[in-house]
Amino acid sequence: MISSIIFSVLILTTAVIFIVRIRQINANINLGRDIDLSDRPSERWKTMARVALGQSKMVARPFAGIMHIFIYVGFILINLEVLEILIDGVFGTHRIFYQFLGSDTYHTFIGFFELLAFLVLFACVAFLVRRNVGRLKRFSGTEMTAWPKSDANIILIVESLLMIAVLTMNAADSVLFALPDATVMTAGLSHYTGIEFDGWFWFSGYLTGMLPNDPTTLFYIERACWWFHIVGIFGFLIYIPYSKHFHIFLAFPNTYYSKLEPAGELTNLESVKKEVELMMDPNQDPFAAPAADAIPAEPQRFGAKDVTDLSWKNLMDAYSCTECGRCTSECPANQTGKLLSPRKIMMDTRDRAEELGAHKRKNGAEADDGKSLLGDYITKEELWACTTCNACTDACPVNINPLNIIVDLRRFLVMEESAAPNELNTMFTNIENNGAPWQFAMADRANWRDE
Amino acid sequence: MAAAGESPEVLFWVGCMGSFDDRAKKITKAFAKLLNRANVKFAVLGTEESCSGDPAKRSGNEFLFQMQAFANIQVLNAYEVKRIVTACPHCFNTLKNEYPELGGNYEVIHHTQFINTLFKEGRLTVEGGSFKGKRITFHDPCYLGRANDVYEAPREVLQKLDAELVEMKRCKQRGLCCGAGGAQMFKEAEKGDKEVNVERTEDVIESKADIVAAGCPFCNTMMTDGVKHFNKEDEISVKDIAELIAEAADL
Ligand code: HEM
Ligand code: SF4
Ligand code: SF4
Repeated sequence: MISSIIFSVLILTTAVIFIVRIRQINANINLGRDIDLSDRPSERWKTMARVALGQSKMVARPFAGIMHIFIYVGFILINLEVLEILIDGVFGTHRIFYQFLGSDTYHTFIGFFELLAFLVLFACVAFLVRRNVGRLKRFSGTEMTAWPKSDANIILIVESLLMIAVLTMNAADSVLFALPDATVMTAGLSHYTGIEFDGWFWFSGYLTGMLPNDPTTLFYIERACWWFHIVGIFGFLIYIPYSKHFHIFLAFPNTYYSKLEPAGELTNLESVKKEVELMMDPNQDPFAAPAADAIPAEPQRFGAKDVTDLSWKNLMDAYSCTECGRCTSECPANQTGKLLSPRKIMMDTRDRAEELGAHKRKNGAEADDGKSLLGDYITKEELWACTTCNACTDACPVNINPLNIIVDLRRFLVMEESAAPNELNTMFTNIENNGAPWQFAMADRANWRDE
Repeated sequence: MAAAGESPEVLFWVGCMGSFDDRAKKITKAFAKLLNRANVKFAVLGTEESCSGDPAKRSGNEFLFQMQAFANIQVLNAYEVKRIVTACPHCFNTLKNEYPELGGNYEVIHHTQFINTLFKEGRLTVEGGSFKGKRITFHDPCYLGRANDVYEAPREVLQKLDAELVEMKRCKQRGLCCGAGGAQMFKEAEKGDKEVNVERTEDVIESKADIVAAGCPFCNTMMTDGVKHFNKEDEISVKDIAELIAEAADL
């Protein structure tokens, strides 16, 4: 009884903390500009099914891809077993599904989850080794400071421990159930009679040999693992939204809102379009006062200086980033030693959204902390190294678009601050004067025909 | 509009590189010869063509880009242009993807796609003998490949040559950039430990190719410089696909 109450309080507390944090993230994402991505729903569902559900871009790196599929499928399906644990916890029952499924089916049910748990454990250990012993290049880099590295390890270690707990719990339970009912009754554990498992479970069966035969000790082992596992899950749930692990939720909406246009297409800035149309329209009197409705209610900056100038999708991208570094490892600028790292662009964007969001929660929605994404986080040198090659967007398994942010920050540098490198300013002048990026006369454009 | 016939089948958008750069002009001429050989009636805008605005846009100068786009679209629409072929993937991408929203709706084709169609329709044939025994590798331009998912047309065209087509270890979706895009062509690279075109040329050398087939005048320049960096100009040549086909067709 008392444990049911403690358990229910834990569930509720976890749920409240989790929801508060999700609302924070939602508010932070909505610091971004509004854009309309409600078009083409069927194409979007298909993209999500392929890229997130189907993990289509993960398998480009087969080892990591397959290991991840173990963890991913494991997570989704093991939730069914967690459901049993939740019901048991709240109602003080023990292995409630046994009653519904019967001995044989229950045995297969748990056996299947043990298989998944084993695969998850295997994959987590493989990922841990790869990170910490294998020294893969994409797990280092300037943005991979102490926290992102520990974050990755914490996730993998906690998941491994959870899986070990489940397996040990099943082993202890099956030994307990295999003992003669009388022995169990004398230990005062009537709870653990009346269930007949059909032999050991598929995987935890191998652990039973290591366990004692004393019912009380078995009981404590079983209970300890049970509580550790479920409290671990609650803790994990609270931890996830502070971590790159949040991708397990956001990967789905984020791929739904993927860019569907060809990768090479950049948006045409609306605000610029209006001005250019006015300038080029021969019927317009350039000195006439602009019509009242021509003035936008909220003048938008050209390009982006801070996260508030980016779109909400850019910010959702940032919160979906798994910090896997596939983008950076494919980036030509990064490979040749330049400062630019598309993963850093995404991590900076998320960190800045976190910072500004926290500042606004404390000091009100209009509050400004005097900092900005451009300058305080991302430098010009990084931005000017980008070749806009789309290697990063193509590599990202969650369809994140670092290039979009890079171009928006460049737009701010060029159009608001006139801060392009000198050579680019020369190129601009040439295009304006000669219709070509070099100093050639327009009249010579067709000379090739006579040469 | 300088038309080589009354109602042209297609407009050849030459681009700034193709018009002014000495190396790229050779590509322009090779492609024009192929068009003539295939009896394609084509037109060029000549002095009425202006920069597509790609380098301005990618470096963040949206104003300048839209001014260029606006001016070009006025000219193109005045001539009622419907189909455009270009040998520059940057112009290709800009005209195809970014002009429609500004009022310029055309069917835009990259020259490797166009040549491929000419072959398929039987309007163009080559012997390909002069390339016998040569190893050719295709360097995917970012703005043709990843940007627009065109990977097969250039390869199908190269199959017409009697040569061995080899792939670099990074190709198609994962092909490495030459380093020129995003207006990098017009500036010094940022501080680093290597030039991108050098990194890419290492892939070429590893592939043991004799010829790098390019589909972009910018890649062409970058790869030519990369080959020079390793003093391998005698062993490895960099040619546009149009040039290779023109050569095979004895033009
Ligand atoms: C919903 C259940 C999911 C779970 C439980 C899960 C679990 C994990 C775990 C534990 C890692 C850490 C691996 C490491 O850091 O070494 C990871 C990494 C990753 N996940 Fe997920 N994930 C899920 C969904 C997804 C989805 C839908 C995608 C989108 C395709 C995705 C993409 C990634 C990527 C790209 C990494 C980085 C892997 C690498 O380092 O190579 N995940 N995931
Ligand atoms: S688009 Fe820019 S950031 Fe992305 S891979 Fe290419 S050079 Fe790197
Ligand atoms: S942006 Fe995508 S590819 Fe890059 S680190 Fe994040 S999840 Fe990985």
